[in-house]
Order: sequence, then C-alpha cells, then structure tokens
Amino acid sequence: MSQPDLAAALAADTPIPRDADGPVFAEPWQAQAFALVVALQNKGVFTADEWAQALGAEIAEAVAEGGCRDGSDYYERWCEALEHLLIDKGLTSHAGVDALAASWARAAEATPHGKPIVLENDPERER
Amino acid sequence: MSGHHHHHDHDHDHDNHFTPIEARVKALETLMVAKGYVDPAALDAIIDTYETKIGPRNGARVVARAWSDPAFAARLKADGSAAVAELGYGGRGGEHIVAVFNTPEEHNLIVCTLCSCYPWPVLGLPPVWYKCPPYRSKAVIDPRGVLADFGVTLPQGQSIRVWDSTAETRFIVIPMRPVGTEGWSEEKLASIVSRDSMIGTGLAVVEAQS
Repeated sequence: MSQPDLAAALAADTPIPRDADGPVFAEPWQAQAFALVVALQNKGVFTADEWAQALGAEIAEAVAEGGCRDGSDYYERWCEALEHLLIDKGLTSHAGVDALAASWARAAEATPHGKPIVLENDPERER
Repeated sequence: MSGHHHHHDHDHDHDNHFTPIEARVKALETLMVAKGYVDPAALDAIIDTYETKIGPRNGARVVARAWSDPAFAARLKADGSAAVAELGYGGRGGEHIVAVFNTPEEHNLIVCTLCSCYPWPVLGLPPVWYKCPPYRSKAVIDPRGVLADFGVTLPQGQSIRVWDSTAETRFIVIPMRPVGTEGWSEEKLASIVSRDSMIGTGLAVVEAQS
C-alpha cells in the first residue's frame, strides 16, 4: 500500500480518526469499511473527490442532527456514505443491501461456534 | 441493537453474531466482491497495512510504561483493564484485559482456541495466522513447536503457559525487558515491542546496530 492511496482515502475534508501514523479503528468492521473504500478507489469505482463529497455530506447531515460530535459514530457515517455512493452509481440498492445484510446476520447466528461465518450458512439463502 | 443475549456458558458465541453495522459492511463487501470490484485478499492487505502497524503501538506503550514504572506494572498486574485505561485505551465494555508477565521461569502465549478473541484496544486487529485453525490448535498441543515456527527458541527450563482468550477475558503478554535498554525513554522502549512479542510468539529484542 503506497502513500498516495492513503492520501486519497484521507482526501475528505472531514478528518478521519487517526494518530500520527494513520487511521485508528475501534472495532474490526471499521477497518473493513475503511479498506473497502480504499480498494474501490484503487479500482476506480469512484474517485477520491466523489468519496470526499459523499462522506462530507453524510457527516454534515449527522452534525446538523446533533450527531457526530465526538467522532464516535464516524464510521457509521462512513458506511452510510459508501452505501449511498454505490446506490448513486447504480451498483446496488437499499433493498439489495438490506437483503444481503439480513442474510449475513442469519448466517452468523446459524454458524456453529468456532467455525468461520460464511454466507452459505444462511438457512434461508436460495441455492 | 439486537435481541441477542450473551450466555456465559458460551464464551465465544459473540463471534457468531453480527451487529447490524457488521452485517451491513459484510453485505457491501460481498456485493463489491461479486461484481469483481474488490478482491478479498486486497482488502486483507489494506487492513494489514493500516491496522497491524497501528493497533499494536498501543500495547507497546503499555509494555514500555510497565518496564519503566514499577508502580504501573503492579497496577497492570492487578487490574489490566484499569491500567490500560490510564493510557487512554479501552474496549467497548465487558471485556477484561489481563496482562500476563513473562519471567525467566515462564513464557506466556495467547490464543483463542474457538475463534479469534483478541485484545483489540491494545493490539488492534488480530493477524491472519492468529485466526487460523493450525495456530489455534497447535498453540495448545505444541506451544514450543509454535514458537519454533516463529523462530523463537526459549532457554531450557523456561516453561510455556498458554492462555485461552474468551469474549470476556483478553490477554496481553508483557515480554521481558531486554538487557542493554537501561536508561531508555519509554518511546524508545516501545519501539522494540513487536506485536508478536505481546502475543507471545515473539520476544522483545534489541536489534544489533549495523
């Protein structure tokens, strides 16, 4: 991973929670969401500028509603921005994400302890 | 958040449950992988680059403080969660961080035999091998063999104690302070504390000056 990728990911005017060496994550899903955005930019699915605008808009909306003050919900906004941007690009829909998220949740519950959670474990999944 | 309740007879069942946001991130990832926009291996590489470099530095500061300040070391031994909170590190509640100190007599190794419980607040995300079945089983059956795999040979007579992490209790190994580090600042001490040394698959070492 080169520095320009990080620069692109951090291009948003809104500061990312980070310390001297880079972004900091409180929980693994935050790192996953972060990596997803970096990977999609690397692939050219959206530009750094498009991402900055999407994330900025999401945070501005949250701040207007009284949230996002201490940055604790930063990565929730991050995920919403990603979802909205992908919908704008015509790559998915709210309903599509809802259905797949529900499938993952069922798969997790149905997975025996100690086994990796895979989507195939969703009992309601069409085969 | 959900109707999920934690049962204490299943320490690990938290791992088989996704919060709504976790499920949503997985859904977005799955969609992008299916479209060929994202390679899961590339995601792992990005996470590894950003996270493994960053997370363990918290733990390294804890170790450096423990080496430098005997009173802190005593508090860390008595109540790991409270002591790491002094440095501003904390989890999402409910998890106890227990610091296990290496001694000349005993080396400590941490594992999560059932999933991948790990002290995120001090070590960041677990490395890939920590989550893999071979490490999880071999750490218990043959810890000395695991250390050999990592290129670590312990002195004869130093036993190995293996700690199995759970949802409630996460361990961090406090490695022994290497000789030749007398008078070092905490910052300099922290620089020689590797992630692996805090899992127990490595030791804190002073690199030979070139």
